Amino acid sequence: MAKLTLDDLRKLREKKQKAMEKRDPSNKDVQIIVGMGTCGIAAGAKETFNAIIEELDAKGITHVLVRQTGCMGLCHSEPTVEVLVPNMPAVIYGKVDAETGKKIVNDHIINKHLIDNHICDKPAMDIVR
Amino acid sequence: MHASVCDTISDLVQNSIEAGASRVDLDVYTGPDTISVRVTDNGKGMDQATLAKAADPFYSESGKHDHRRVGLGIPLLLQTAEAVNGKVDIRSVPGKGTAIEFKFDARHLDTPPLGDLPATVLGLMTFSGTYDLILKRTTPADGYSVSKAELVETLGDLTEPANLILARDFLRSQEDNLKH
Repeated sequence: MAKLTLDDLRKLREKKQKAMEKRDPSNKDVQIIVGMGTCGIAAGAKETFNAIIEELDAKGITHVLVRQTGCMGLCHSEPTVEVLVPNMPAVIYGKVDAETGKKIVNDHIINKHLIDNHICDKPAMDIVR
Repeated sequence: MHASVCDTISDLVQNSIEAGASRVDLDVYTGPDTISVRVTDNGKGMDQATLAKAADPFYSESGKHDHRRVGLGIPLLLQTAEAVNGKVDIRSVPGKGTAIEFKFDARHLDTPPLGDLPATVLGLMTFSGTYDLILKRTTPADGYSVSKAELVETLGDLTEPANLILARDFLRSQEDNLKH
């Protein structure tokens, strides 16, 4: 890709904005929070984050906020991703590789199904103590 | 040690954000002999005693993460520096901020690769809170500079997936066109 200027970026943004408004004007009611402490970084949280934003963009989903946070205390299950969807339980998923990140978008956010085998149902014992 | 220099950068910049900095400067230089990185913030800083403890993996500032007393960011950096003939310089003034600079020997066999700088910087721009992050990237032949504030001004909110993709493409286009 050629080197972009901020002006190029502004134009791309305007183009995208128009396309998005046609698709979905709803409010942002869903949050995806990717843990990026030292543990998350080491386990590949960057790849997970990238996979999630790409899948959201590919599916044209605009009602989601994506943020990062530090360590959530579940270092044994990194990368961890917290997903908050209205009328669904707040869930922290563990061992979220890029593939599972895409599943979060498709299964949890689009189809409203929780993803088996990745839910961290309680904090680690040493954290509770 | 971390798998890439960018992973260390993630740790250090995150420390700055968590120290309440409103401005974080990240300078990254790669040359044939040296990789050097400087992270400067105007966060709350550390006194000498805290600074000494930051090298201990079993120390983490209270309140930083609930119930966890392990902090690996600076210890991992020191370990890497020791392994690759590197240098680390940490200066901190309580109430003023912290500056951490490290240099690795780029020719040393064990020096980690730089890693994915655009993805790292993008990630570091999406923590909650109002802070600016200014990247100055240089090589002997070239350079570019980009700040969170100008990306937000150009694109709007950086938690929106479509904006994140555009910001990522922008950062990638800067890094990919860099002359070495």
